[in-house]
Amino acid sequence: MSLRAPLAPSASMFALLAFHLVIGIAIVAAGQQLGRGGFAVAATAPLAAVIWAITQAGGVLDGKPVTESFSWVGGLGISLDLRLDAFALAMVALVSGIGFLICIYALAYFKPHDPSTPVKSNVGRLAGMMTVFAGAMLGVVLSDHLIALFIAWELTSITSYLLIGNDDTSPRARAAALQAILITGMGGLVLLVGLNIVGQAAGTYRLSEIIENVPTTGSSTALNAGLICVLIGAFTKSAQAPFSSWLPGAMVAPTPVSAYLHSATMVKAGVYLVARMAPMFATQGNWRVVLLTVGSATMLIGGLRALRQHDLKLLLAYGTVSQLGFMMLLFGTGDDHIAQAGVVLLLAHGAFKAALFMVVGIVDHEVGTRDVRRLGGFGKGWRLTLVAGVVGAASMAGLPPLFGFISKEKALDGYIEHGDFVGSTVVLTVIVVASILTFAYSARFVLGLLGVFADPDFEASCVDDVDSQRAQAPSLLFVGPALFLTVFTVAVGLAPVIVNRLVETATMALHPEAKPKPVHLWSGFNTAFVLSLAVIGTGTALTVFRSRVAAGLSVASKAMRLVPSSEQSFNFLLRGVGVAARRVTGVLQNGSLPIYVAIIMMTATGVPLIAFAQEWTGFGDVIETPVHVALVAMIISAALGASIVRRRIAAALMLGAVGYAMAGLYVVQGAPDLALTQFAIETLSTVLFVLVLRYLPSTWTHRAPALAAPMRIGVSVFVGVSVFVFALVASGGRSRSARRSSPRSWSKIRTPRARVRMSSTSFSSTSAGGTRWVKSPSYWSPRPVR
Amino acid sequence: MSVLLAFAAAMLFGTGTWLLLQRRLSRIIVGVGLIGHGSNILLLTSGNGRRLPPIIGSADPTDFADPLPQALALTSIVITFGVTAFLFALGYRSWKLTNDDIVEDDVEDRYIARRAVDAEVAEGEAAERERAIEEDRV
Repeated sequence: MSLRAPLAPSASMFALLAFHLVIGIAIVAAGQQLGRGGFAVAATAPLAAVIWAITQAGGVLDGKPVTESFSWVGGLGISLDLRLDAFALAMVALVSGIGFLICIYALAYFKPHDPSTPVKSNVGRLAGMMTVFAGAMLGVVLSDHLIALFIAWELTSITSYLLIGNDDTSPRARAAALQAILITGMGGLVLLVGLNIVGQAAGTYRLSEIIENVPTTGSSTALNAGLICVLIGAFTKSAQAPFSSWLPGAMVAPTPVSAYLHSATMVKAGVYLVARMAPMFATQGNWRVVLLTVGSATMLIGGLRALRQHDLKLLLAYGTVSQLGFMMLLFGTGDDHIAQAGVVLLLAHGAFKAALFMVVGIVDHEVGTRDVRRLGGFGKGWRLTLVAGVVGAASMAGLPPLFGFISKEKALDGYIEHGDFVGSTVVLTVIVVASILTFAYSARFVLGLLGVFADPDFEASCVDDVDSQRAQAPSLLFVGPALFLTVFTVAVGLAPVIVNRLVETATMALHPEAKPKPVHLWSGFNTAFVLSLAVIGTGTALTVFRSRVAAGLSVASKAMRLVPSSEQSFNFLLRGVGVAARRVTGVLQNGSLPIYVAIIMMTATGVPLIAFAQEWTGFGDVIETPVHVALVAMIISAALGASIVRRRIAAALMLGAVGYAMAGLYVVQGAPDLALTQFAIETLSTVLFVLVLRYLPSTWTHRAPALAAPMRIGVSVFVGVSVFVFALVASGGRSRSARRSSPRSWSKIRTPRARVRMSSTSFSSTSAGGTRWVKSPSYWSPRPVR
Repeated sequence: MSVLLAFAAAMLFGTGTWLLLQRRLSRIIVGVGLIGHGSNILLLTSGNGRRLPPIIGSADPTDFADPLPQALALTSIVITFGVTAFLFALGYRSWKLTNDDIVEDDVEDRYIARRAVDAEVAEGEAAERERAIEEDRV
């Protein structure tokens, strides 16, 4: 790790991130006063980011990344390295560009129908948290250091939690927020492990340095495990199977949040990380197998489930899950041509999915429902909204001449021409099948929006009354952002040259050796085009025969219900943890002192016993000196007596007898001062005991014990045996090491200068001043230790 | 350490544990005392065995018993005495309040455990209802 100046000459990226943070916190603080006006303030942050990105774009697109660095924890080599290369620039365009549009959109979204109704008090807070999120997301895409990236990553999880659960009075919102933070938080921790392993294996935590010096051999098992951990982190964040359940749940959030976090930006963080890592690691370990399997499964499951939704927003959410799987399949292969298709899809998806969410939000806001069975066409003034919805869905379906068509074409072409790894044909098939599904659910979205699925019976069964025909048309401010994205989608579709340079340099930022081909609307009558035509044809057929498809899907889903879904497994797991915790607490914390004591004693002696029993070398001397026999016999018989007798005074005297025998043992072992102390204290204890016993009855009556007698005997014997093993093994350890260090070294301590007398008495005079009277004056040090 | 002393320590711990598991505070006090004696044997015998008292000037230091475990045992004796005295106070207080020295179970803890199980049952029922609604919708 090279030494860098604490602050690079230019700190514009840090300033930008700090600006987001300051603006965000300021809006949260002033949320009550600002209300929905908070979004007007919030818009300044992404606008600043966009303007800054445009000023930097020239150099970055020439292949000169902007870097800034700030040493944070110097000792650990953790620094905040920021780096804007072309791929990061594409992500910034997505994060800040859409962020700005969303702020404008939200301004209209949170405007109440009736001007007299007050805006909800938590709207201002929402605006502030969204700004903080935008800053965190910028941090993710600008971080060059893995640890800095992780911190920003976690910040996006936390802000996502707060945004989903912003309506804190709704139990559904709280549950969805909790599910999101549990899944992405768990994934974040796994990611931290993975990033550390990768960083250690590479010898550096800077992405731009790892790619120049990719770790290949060495601890390949560890590296493989680390990469799997990184993938799990990316999968949870990007809602891949089997972690996808939180994303549809997150749709309880207000639509601006869903459009921004849960379609255009945050869920792409996992894709972003995979895109960054794949060029270095795709060929190593199990990366490709895991990633292609998970991506394929996600793409298919998302598409199938989207096809069955009645709620337009949920349809889009499952569609997003499917498209995220698609992006994984494109970025994760490690092939530069396929990755280029990924960059195109990233931009195209951001544009059409955000526009579609905005359209759904407009319908929801003006009509009061998002259910296709309750939408029966729209009146005057809705034309622009419907155009935005139809064009967006067409782009999602991959119809020419739109941005989405180009991305799908490029993806198919990439897999056909450059899919030279194991399983690429299978993945290509999956992509084609899932694209048919995508076409079908896009068509479902359009038909639903146009009122084809309107169902009077269902409408009659609903409590509230909605009428889409007479709904108030949205204002131009409301539709504007969606229209802007629609125009962009069409413009890029017709003239891909607009994004060509960005796409090419972004691909080269990921794969330094890549030679990207330019993107075209019409790239000849090739295999990819034939497949595209097949997708459109089959998709149209699925749409025409949709009632039969729906019947078939319904049968299939009944069969699939036997297999637990990701949501059910999550709930089962969550409930299981709660049940287990309560059961364990119920057993351990049951209010009975004897049971507590038994558990504590068994644990305190049993756990060391496992280690000590392995060191067991056998018995040593049985008897050291005959004197011991007499003393031990007295100790044991008195102890047994004390635990059997039923008279309190007898038990007290027995305890005293043990103490006096112990004093005798001290004398034999060469510790006369201990013997004196023991003698005095034992006498004192017995006196105290008798004083207290004066009050208590002389014998005790029987009470039902908390533990049955065999249990108590078992615990006692277990503790005794453990101590026995411990005593023999531990003293064996002493005799092995202590014999080497000669006790002669003690005499060296007795220099004239150091009058610290190595006798237990001088120790006790400092540690237990209260027992000073025990000491014999004959060995009392003239200069006590201070 | 000889097997005999190890056995003595083990017996002190065993009988002490037996008494600790009783409900009578006076028996628990005796148990604490016995366990204290047992740990003193363990501490003392972790030294270098049976030698001359470590009194400076009385003999050649090489023949001394290791004084450090003795210091630890002394601390242990003092602490055991402190704990015992505290338990005496508890016993006296218990007699003052209840005319007995029995340690009752904490009913509150039992109650909390039972309430947790009740909550679990309620939660299961709610989940069941939720599932029924879900199946209705699909």
